[in-house]
Amino acid sequence: MATIALPDSHADHHYTATGQTHTKIAIWAFIGSECFFFASLISTYLIYKGRSVSGPCPHTVCRGLHPILNIPVTSASTFVLLMSSLSMVLAHSAVVRGDRKYSRIWLATTALLGTTFLGFQAYEFTSFVHEGLKITTNLFGSTFFTLTGFHGAHVTAGVLWLVTMLFVDMKRGLGPRDAINVDVMALYWHFVDVIWVAIFTLVYLIQ
Amino acid sequence: MATTVAAPPSRAATLKYEKGIWSWLTTTDHKKIGQLYLYTALAWFLVGGIEALIIRTQLYGPNGRLVSADTYNQLFTMHGTTMIFMAIMPLSAAFFNFLIPLQIGARDVAFPRLNAFSYWIFLCGSLFINASWLIHKAPDGGWFSYAPLSTRTFNPGLNMDFWVIGIQILGVSTLAAGFNFITTIINMRAPGMHFMRMPVFTWAAFVTQFQIILAFPILTVAVVFLLFDRFFGTQFYEPAAGADPLLWQHLFWLFGHPEVYILILPAFGLVSEVLPTFSRKPLFGYPVMVYSLILIAFLGFGVWAHHMFAVGMGPIADSVFSVTTMLIAIPTGVKIFNWLGTMWGGSLRFTTAMLFAIGLVCLFTIGGISGVMHASPPADLQQTDSYFVVAHFHYVLFGGSMMGLFAGVYYYFPKVTGRIMNETLGKWHFWLMFIGMNLTFFPMHFAGLDGMPRRIWSYDANQGWTNDNHVSTIGAYILFVGMLIFVYNMWRSRRSGTRVGNNPWDAPTVEWSTPSPPPPYNYAKIPQITSRYPMWTREGPHSISAAYPVGAPAEAPEPTAEELHIPMPTPTLKPLLASLALTLAFIGLIWHKQVPIIILGLALFAVVLLSWVLTPLEPEH
Repeated sequence: MATIALPDSHADHHYTATGQTHTKIAIWAFIGSECFFFASLISTYLIYKGRSVSGPCPHTVCRGLHPILNIPVTSASTFVLLMSSLSMVLAHSAVVRGDRKYSRIWLATTALLGTTFLGFQAYEFTSFVHEGLKITTNLFGSTFFTLTGFHGAHVTAGVLWLVTMLFVDMKRGLGPRDAINVDVMALYWHFVDVIWVAIFTLVYLIQ
Repeated sequence: MATTVAAPPSRAATLKYEKGIWSWLTTTDHKKIGQLYLYTALAWFLVGGIEALIIRTQLYGPNGRLVSADTYNQLFTMHGTTMIFMAIMPLSAAFFNFLIPLQIGARDVAFPRLNAFSYWIFLCGSLFINASWLIHKAPDGGWFSYAPLSTRTFNPGLNMDFWVIGIQILGVSTLAAGFNFITTIINMRAPGMHFMRMPVFTWAAFVTQFQIILAFPILTVAVVFLLFDRFFGTQFYEPAAGADPLLWQHLFWLFGHPEVYILILPAFGLVSEVLPTFSRKPLFGYPVMVYSLILIAFLGFGVWAHHMFAVGMGPIADSVFSVTTMLIAIPTGVKIFNWLGTMWGGSLRFTTAMLFAIGLVCLFTIGGISGVMHASPPADLQQTDSYFVVAHFHYVLFGGSMMGLFAGVYYYFPKVTGRIMNETLGKWHFWLMFIGMNLTFFPMHFAGLDGMPRRIWSYDANQGWTNDNHVSTIGAYILFVGMLIFVYNMWRSRRSGTRVGNNPWDAPTVEWSTPSPPPPYNYAKIPQITSRYPMWTREGPHSISAAYPVGAPAEAPEPTAEELHIPMPTPTLKPLLASLALTLAFIGLIWHKQVPIIILGLALFAVVLLSWVLTPLEPEH
């Protein structure tokens, strides 16, 4: 035993080759993977656009049915989601500088804006079903609900993540040492927003 | 049975940090998880092998009636699915787990609990999909599960339900492991372990993980569509509703061709470790080997439609995919020549590991050449869906992947267990496999060119395929005997193989500086890497492993992590519980969409996950 030089294990232990934390690297890899996930969903939507043989269409009157997409309402919900990215940036900045009051306010605001977006989506989905578009109606319904539904699931996961973070905040208060965790959560949140920008453009705006 | 209770002292000393079943259920140690992967994957490899034996027995002579056509469909589907998703990929994962941290000089992977979760969810998924055998409703639509043939309309039973859900569960495991290993390799390399000093196996693993995290989401989406079609009545694959009948094929092969490289690149990596050691020469053209890995992975995403030449995509698409497919042969050929260059002029030692590595170089080349033949659309039209294709992909998957993985097992067995595998039995294993493999698969080229289609359950005597099938079946039995010898050898060597020291092969890379088996913390002191082959430099072994005597088996037990003040992850049951909860949700889905069970499973998963993320990895200090 005497021959063994005791290593400086704590310095060893927190050494990383890039200087970044593991979670930061992992979230970027995850985002790369998610890009391919949503790219597959969006491509399928675009490939199947205009191929439905029954039911309503997104932008035009077809088979005697009104166009289904409600652009003004979705523009409002898009605005809400984009604002949630702003409040997430403010939350991160508050956590970094150790401002407990504003950390909590901005995290809660972000969660609230995310929930509002989900409320808009619930409203949108119910009204579509009332107007005769279900996931089983036609190819448009299948691809649209699957694509936007998976995006909504990602927003839900983000809201749950925010709620967990608020829970930790209630328990012991978030400080600068938590900045990296908020940073990683924010990366995920912004990514989900960026995906929505792509969906909003490709599905709603381009006819 | 007092004799079974008292463990022999040497074993107790070797396995001192393994105390009973509980330690395996709660482990977060990458080396133990690697062993769990190894033994589970070998068990599934045997199951898949028995399925293949039944198939070969059925096809031995004309008009075979050993199994019904229905059972035959289930057998070939599950043979493919098992070998790809439950044998070769997890065998590669066994090496990723065991080797990556050791090869980059780290103490564990970046997320040890996520790593345990990857294993447990893989085990759950593989048991889930095989549970279908119990009710004789195993998946029967081929491992590629072509929609619309696999939709509810054409395949109404539970069979393909097991497949779509099982593949989804296995995908979770693979993706989670992918993020984990990418982070580990990028972030946990020891000081001095630059990217261009990394052992080639770690490079192959690194490249493979990128393919996994980019290809598996596409499979996930394709399977989600099929799952929604089957369970919720969507119309993604319903041609009557205007769906494109080729959508599945495009999505599936966009995953499926990178998958081919996901299966072979880890074996390439292992062989690139074995050949230099037993040639006593550094790997010939290390940078080019790395670049060719990256190029293969990149081009691998641009060749998928060569699986679809027969569907009528038109001359432009056919030409483009033909050219990309021929292009990908170039970096692959570079690897073959560099392995030959490594052996050229070396002082060769023909150990079992070396024989298997050379086996890969020979047999993969044959499979590679028939692959280039498929790249030509006119030739491919003759070969599509014939036994020629079966011969081709068994040469690359058995002759390539499995040969490489066996080389890895013999080579790293001493590092895993502290004991060496029996070389005499090993050589029997190799030669039986080599002969059996060629007897089984070479005649399939001829049967295929003579027009024998894939996936037929029997054939007539006057079709001229009888002799080829006779030989193939005899070869398959020889393969199986070889496999039994391997299992016996492994079992025996694990109990009573000759004990060896840190570096029994005089190998060059840093993992050989640790004791065999390595202590839970791997390295008492994180090594400082100064070259690609630190154990072959004059000062390397001493500077890396000052803490350990070099050579003979360690007499005294290594110091524990507590004595060295190395913080270790707390053992935890949560990854296993999370896997069980998630599987429960999927069981609810297949069991007539029992919504309460699905919600219960997801709720339990959420609770375990929450408690997991709120508990620190290591005890607070």
